Amino acid sequence: MRIWVPRDSAAKALGADAVAEAVAVEAAARGLDVQIVRNGTRGMIWLEPLVEVEQDGVRIGYGPVSPGDVPALLDGKMRSLGPVEDLDWMQRQDRLTFARVGVIDPLDLADYEAHGGLAGLRRAIAMTGAEIVAEVTGSGLRGRGGAGFPTGIKWNTVLNAEADRKYIVCNADEGDSGTFADRMIMEGDPFCLIEGMAIAGLGVGATRGYVYLRSEYPDAIAVMQAALRVARGAGVLGPDVLGSGTAFDMEIRVGAGAYVCGEETSLLNSMEGKRGVVRAKPPLPALEGFLGKPTVVNNVLSLATVPVIFEKGAAHYAGFGLGRSKGTMPIQIAGNVKRGGLFETGFGMPLGDLVNEVAGGTATGRPVKAVQVGGPLGAYFHPDQFDTPFGYEAFDRAGGLIGHAGVVVFDDSADMLKMARFAMEFCAVESCGKCTPCRIGAVRGVETIDRIAQGDADAIALLADLCETMKDGSLCALGGFTPFPVMSALERFPDDFGRQREAAE
Amino acid sequence: MPNPMPAPTEEEIRDIVAGQLHLEGPLLPILHAVQRSFGHVPQAALGVIAEALNITRAEVHGVMSFYHDFREVPAGRHVVRICRAEACQAMGADALAARTLEKLGTAWHGTTANGAVTVEPVYCLGLCACGPAAMVDNRVVGHVDDAKMDTLLSEAGA
Repeated sequence: MRIWVPRDSAAKALGADAVAEAVAVEAAARGLDVQIVRNGTRGMIWLEPLVEVEQDGVRIGYGPVSPGDVPALLDGKMRSLGPVEDLDWMQRQDRLTFARVGVIDPLDLADYEAHGGLAGLRRAIAMTGAEIVAEVTGSGLRGRGGAGFPTGIKWNTVLNAEADRKYIVCNADEGDSGTFADRMIMEGDPFCLIEGMAIAGLGVGATRGYVYLRSEYPDAIAVMQAALRVARGAGVLGPDVLGSGTAFDMEIRVGAGAYVCGEETSLLNSMEGKRGVVRAKPPLPALEGFLGKPTVVNNVLSLATVPVIFEKGAAHYAGFGLGRSKGTMPIQIAGNVKRGGLFETGFGMPLGDLVNEVAGGTATGRPVKAVQVGGPLGAYFHPDQFDTPFGYEAFDRAGGLIGHAGVVVFDDSADMLKMARFAMEFCAVESCGKCTPCRIGAVRGVETIDRIAQGDADAIALLADLCETMKDGSLCALGGFTPFPVMSALERFPDDFGRQREAAE
Repeated sequence: MPNPMPAPTEEEIRDIVAGQLHLEGPLLPILHAVQRSFGHVPQAALGVIAEALNITRAEVHGVMSFYHDFREVPAGRHVVRICRAEACQAMGADALAARTLEKLGTAWHGTTANGAVTVEPVYCLGLCACGPAAMVDNRVVGHVDDAKMDTLLSEAGA
């Protein structure tokens, strides 16, 4: 009998390790022949630890399970959730990037292959670099890190650059609050990222790859490192990738707690052993990236989506989505929600459906007040805007961004002036210091919001002016986008910025 | 976290540095390796690293001080990180952090008087659907409330 107990950090944070231990102990006590598989998470975090038991070839779910529930679970006395694949949360999704996460043993290469793994890489090996790049372009895949730049166009620039060395760099510095999709992939399906990077290497002619992985993710680091060893041992990585005659190998680089290193040029400086200061563009990293060589810098999700594009074809992938936002987006639902987790779906679902139907409203049961989409640099949405369809263009028109697709829900106890102040405070703490609007502006922003809090109405115009300067004058998204949460809080929740004033009068 | 230990010798530091020199862009891996061995990056290491990489000691200091992770002095025996980012705030992380700091009688980045626990803010552990989140050394914890935090702190000897 096989029993799955997730090893994903979110499951561990809710006690999965103790549950796995209890399953082993109780099974032994009952003389049961049990094989425990430590899978990734299905993404239903409110059910974690979600234990699955194989019954007649079907995986039946139980959760959340505590160690004390394990005897009843093994004796068939615990109430089940039914077949996991049939749960509403799973049925409503189109899982392409996350097809295997939660299903397979993350470090079992045979399990990976049995679920479609390596098919994409094998197909890519038979193609020329230009054909590989054309396939990615045809899929419509856009950078999943936040900027939404077409991945194929970036690859094409690197393909056409003349150089003795080229690099594939995976940006795994997932620092945005409300996002955990990169972590889930790396912990739940690491070979998928490795395969995507290998295809990228074959496509643009790079033989070396790096994953810049944040130090706040020790579990993801451990799984990725173990997966690299397995992949190397099986010839997926190395001097002759799957017998193709082409070399590709990669290593993990651990970040050091600087949020700004999620910005690609700052990340490259950090990898080179410098302060993680932003570089002015041009030159583009695609032409002068790591150590001055042409470099593809892509987010984890972009690279981890490449295998399925090659496995099923560009047209299949492009068949999902809305307008120029093609394909699917792994949306991460977080904060104060009844049902939080990862929900992968084609672009186009209205924000309100995500919050009210998929997430089931707030965990506290109080009314939703605000939803921040796209991490600490994303705008706060008011429930009045809940008809906005989830996509790059629609969110842009609504004065926001989807970023890395984190959706953080707040109930009516949230103080939006405090959230605006936090956005400026965070920018001040994390600014790399290179450009003045960000370095000084963020500090002045905190002070200006404090003046507003003390009832100084004149400071409101000053804050708007400061945000304009930061937006237009900053080198990168940290200073340039901090105005999104600040101004959206100010404009859409004016009561929170006037209340203190009335109290002061 | 390692217990306080005797100051590392220059030779020990040199060995650790040498182990990373084959990498492209070795400075961050070196700083991580030194900190892993000694619990902090001792001043004595800066000159050794500078010499090995043929850069100035000021440059090494500049890089080290840029990143939140690197410590000039050792932390307490355990490091408790409490997430301060938005998703955890939506679940009451601010109040949890305030009460924890008050209980420990220290500010952010401070260490308890008995040297058991250093408490630090962290901006996102990727546990945003089960906040408030915390990490004790490398162990993640979700849905942290006051009772759970008390257990974690007493296990850590605070």
